[in-house]
Amino acid sequence: MNQALLVAKNLGRRKLRTSLMLVAIFIAFFLYGFLECFNRAFHAGDNASAAERLITVNRINFTMPLPVNYAERIRQVQGVKAVTYQSWFGGYFQDTREPLFMMAVQPDTYLDVYPNLQMPPEQRRAWLATRTGLAIGRTVADKYHWKVGDHLPIASNIYSRKDGAKAWEFEVSAVFAAPDDPQRDSLVLMHHDYFDEGVTFGRDQINMAIMTTASPTLNDQIEKAIDSLFANSEAETTTDTAAAFNRAFAAQFGNIALIITLVVATAFAAILMIVGNTMVMAVRERTREIGVLKTLGFSGSTILAQILSESLLLALLGALLGLGAAAGAVSVASRFLSGFGSNLHVSTAVFLGGIGWAVLLGLVTGAIPAWTGMRLRIAAALGRH
Amino acid sequence: MSDAFSFQLRKVSKRFVKGKETITIFEGLDLDIPAGDFVAIMGPSGSGKTTLLNLLGGIDHVTSGEIVFDGQRVDSLSEGQLSAWRAANVGFIFQFYNLMPVLTAAQNVELPLLLTTLGRKERRRNVATALELVGLADRAGHYPREMSGGQQQRVAIARAIVSDPQVLLCDEPTGDLDRATADEVLALLQLLNREHGKTVVVVTHDPEVTRYTKRTLHLNKGVFVERTALA
Ligand SMILES: Nc1ncnc2c1ncn2[C@@H]1O[C@H](COP(=O)(O)OP(=O)(O)OP(=O)(O)O)[C@@H](O)[C@H]1O
Ligand SMILES: [Mg+2]
Repeated sequence: MNQALLVAKNLGRRKLRTSLMLVAIFIAFFLYGFLECFNRAFHAGDNASAAERLITVNRINFTMPLPVNYAERIRQVQGVKAVTYQSWFGGYFQDTREPLFMMAVQPDTYLDVYPNLQMPPEQRRAWLATRTGLAIGRTVADKYHWKVGDHLPIASNIYSRKDGAKAWEFEVSAVFAAPDDPQRDSLVLMHHDYFDEGVTFGRDQINMAIMTTASPTLNDQIEKAIDSLFANSEAETTTDTAAAFNRAFAAQFGNIALIITLVVATAFAAILMIVGNTMVMAVRERTREIGVLKTLGFSGSTILAQILSESLLLALLGALLGLGAAAGAVSVASRFLSGFGSNLHVSTAVFLGGIGWAVLLGLVTGAIPAWTGMRLRIAAALGRH
Repeated sequence: MSDAFSFQLRKVSKRFVKGKETITIFEGLDLDIPAGDFVAIMGPSGSGKTTLLNLLGGIDHVTSGEIVFDGQRVDSLSEGQLSAWRAANVGFIFQFYNLMPVLTAAQNVELPLLLTTLGRKERRRNVATALELVGLADRAGHYPREMSGGQQQRVAIARAIVSDPQVLLCDEPTGDLDRATADEVLALLQLLNREHGKTVVVVTHDPEVTRYTKRTLHLNKGVFVERTALA
């Protein structure tokens, strides 16, 4: 036997009570793990490379189009290195409920702005040369089992074709990966020319222009220069960093971070009270036993450590179960939400964050009973017979 | 001072202060307990027997006076020092056994050894020896609820002696047992005193105890009223 076993035995003494506390902790950590994964997936674009890119959209809101010639005019602005543009295609393959994360882009400039897209040189050449060619991210390729050379009919839930056909014919030219920018892995990229030639409306229009700049320190100045260039025109613009844009985009779904924080905080406050109170009662029941341990020569600090270990063990156990279940639920959810691509998983950061909260929870819920146990006077604890 | 004494109490006073009221239990109490003594302390309820044991075992503090153990003052030790001192020198036996319900007999007996530097193997050997001594070698894996009162008390005795302390302090050790079982427990304490040289102090209401002890002290209102030396 050792002290660890004693701690475990004390925890196992009331199976039902311990189970109920475990369930409460489990729920809180399940919520934390599950929601935090979504939160992080939304913010996956907030990386260093995103800060170097600027995005120009219609000032009214980003779903309103801009004239395609804006891209050329932005290129003239001092400090702008490369410019590309894209339009949201709203594509889906066979099932409207499973939308693709699909953009019409200008391939050569797109690859200038996103040099981090990795694909074999011959595929790259093929995509640039093939008007109906698609470049697809690895996540999409894996999900649909698509490979280079496949011919695919893809329809749009926004644009109909001039010739009346429902679907557009495509050929997979390239499969790319973007290890530093996993959100991009779930993209499907088509030629903007092919898009322009087919659509019944929206010709020569784009959703956004994306550019790299000579230096991030110039960004503020460039943003102002671009927006003043189009001031008082038919389509005024807003230019911001890609990171800021991603955040604004996420805010369209409500302030996710705030909601998550509130939900998780409420759950934590509830278990803090439930578990804290239960621990106080559990230790009070053992007053006499603690008195006996002290009589045997166990010091106050040993008792303190034992009770804290007990509450920590409970919190960590519940947290591991909760985070494990969250990982399972998130992996199921990610199958239905391909737009998030490989971002949607319980990452090491989410996991370690959860463990950190569990340690805090264990210490806080154990603090009062541990302190009481440490200070307990033996004569009082043993009572009088 | 002689090492032949386990305890020497000099002018020990003990008062409890409760609000405005002060209850004096002992006032200038002197007491010598030689090493190897087996002494019964008897007296009516409320006479201060448990309080005295608590003072001897360092789980309560004197209001004034000195307690010397084995030539060393213990009344001035800090809480932490007292813990270590108790672990090394004193074994306690209570009326209601006070075993941990979640631990087996062997695990209960092993508890005090967790505070020593003994390795796993040595601990297990000492536990086996102690259980053997109290005649419960075959009950090592049993939980307290699976044992009779007498058996539980013997486990408690094994726990008290496993780290080989010099002194055993017993508060009504037979108070909850029938005559035959009480006699077994008392015979066991006598064996520990005679064969193993333990100093044993027994607080009790049970006059039969005096058949086993070397002497008996009668405590009344905090004073020893009469000292009888018995065989
Ligand atoms: N913590 C305390 N606060 C106040 N009074 C106390 C406290 N502990 C003991 N007393 C008082 O001290 C006196 C002696 O108590 P003690 O428990 O030592 O008696 P006892 O001889 O062991 O009695 P019994 O035979 O009933 O066990 C009692 O009057 C009791 O009320
Ligand atoms: Mg008493």
